[in-house]
Amino acid sequence: MSDSVVRVLLPAHLKTLAGVRGEMKIDVAGTVSAASILDALETTFPALRGTIRNPVTGQRRPFVRFFVGGEDLSHQPLDQELPSSITSGDETFVVIGAMAGG
Amino acid sequence: MSGVRVLVGTRKGAFILTADGTRRDWKVEGPLFGGWEIYHVKGSPVDPQRIFASQSTSWFGQLIQRSDDGGATWQPVGNDFVYDGVPGTHQWYDGTPHPWEFARVWHLEPSLDDPDTVLAGVEDAALFRSRDAGATWTELSGLRGHDTGPHWQPGAGGMCLHTIILSPADPGRIVVAISAAGAFRTDDGGGTWRPINRGLHSEGIPDADAAVGHCVHKIAMHHSRPDVLFMQKHWDVMRSDDAGENWREVSGNLPSDFGFVVDVHAHEPDTVYVLPITSDSMHFPPEGKLRVYRSRAGGDDWEPLTKGLPQSNCYVDVLRDAMSVDSLDKCGIYFGTTGGQVYVSSDEGDSWDAIVRDLPAVLSVEVQTLA
Repeated sequence: MSDSVVRVLLPAHLKTLAGVRGEMKIDVAGTVSAASILDALETTFPALRGTIRNPVTGQRRPFVRFFVGGEDLSHQPLDQELPSSITSGDETFVVIGAMAGG
Repeated sequence: MSGVRVLVGTRKGAFILTADGTRRDWKVEGPLFGGWEIYHVKGSPVDPQRIFASQSTSWFGQLIQRSDDGGATWQPVGNDFVYDGVPGTHQWYDGTPHPWEFARVWHLEPSLDDPDTVLAGVEDAALFRSRDAGATWTELSGLRGHDTGPHWQPGAGGMCLHTIILSPADPGRIVVAISAAGAFRTDDGGGTWRPINRGLHSEGIPDADAAVGHCVHKIAMHHSRPDVLFMQKHWDVMRSDDAGENWREVSGNLPSDFGFVVDVHAHEPDTVYVLPITSDSMHFPPEGKLRVYRSRAGGDDWEPLTKGLPQSNCYVDVLRDAMSVDSLDKCGIYFGTTGGQVYVSSDEGDSWDAIVRDLPAVLSVEVQTLA
């Protein structure tokens, strides 16, 4: 399977950490899922390792959520294939930090 | 010309304060890592240009940042803090078993002789070591694996390993302190550990004289006399003259013996500084007066140091890693408050000035004395 180009939007702190501005495009190998997008992100930007998912368990960090087209996909399995609107580039994979004060 | 670099960790970033040896005119840089909690920033005593910082948030977890140019530029290094083996459980606040879970790095202690080696004290309490300047971390699991581990329990701030003291006389000796387990010592470089809490008395725990369970807030040592340790416990200021084998109370005439910080004068091993806090629930200075107390006798007899510090309506706290000393002549004393002030005394505590007044809440203060 060829690589897909996926649009990703990170929260401000993680954009700073990765040294990027605005929305980014990233090559994702194989089936496009939250896990494969995070694999690609962490390979391209090693500083992001551990910031979105637990590096040991691989689980999404509790204060982080994933949205596509306004739909909350945070609670589906990380390796579940994402909607075709992601691979087509019509929608962005949005990583959001919970509104939790401070 | 000599100078000082003050490394300040706050709730919302790090700041670097620099001055020449007069310590009068200060340059303030920051925030670095703005918006992140910076629990601790500390430089290598071997290579002062190498500085490590603990950066974390509840959202995005733990990062370790390293600078090799005195804080001008930084790079994230390794952040895999993986407990050795099956982590097991410790005691939760209600006495039930609770899984050991990594939360953050509270304290970074660079090696006394190798700029690539640094220790990290973490929550839930454990000690990690990196030998490659922070790229990878390995737990010194003999500590957490001590027989008493399942009985350790968190203090109000979490079950944190917040104090790491390296002995300049014995490379194998390390003293650590954990809230609320107590003090522990290794004499074999971290392989095996034992509690060193004899003489501590804590009325807030079921057995006031227990081997573990004491909420030690901070321990300080003078490099010339590594067997003498000073401790600020939850309540009580304590002293040991035998590397922690036995402790005796030296609170003496302090207005309150609750507090967090303790430190030792750079040139006078019996001159000790504490900052009394009213009580375990009233985390502000007694009577609203911000007073550092100094003992020139190694404890028991304390004098208030007030010149330049607010003596009315002051209700800030000074957290456990937020006091430090420089090694200039005269010795400089520094502390930061939860109100965002960082104070300096360039005359051993006789008088004080605020370097800055409006930072985010200060979590830690470390000073580098630069040639």
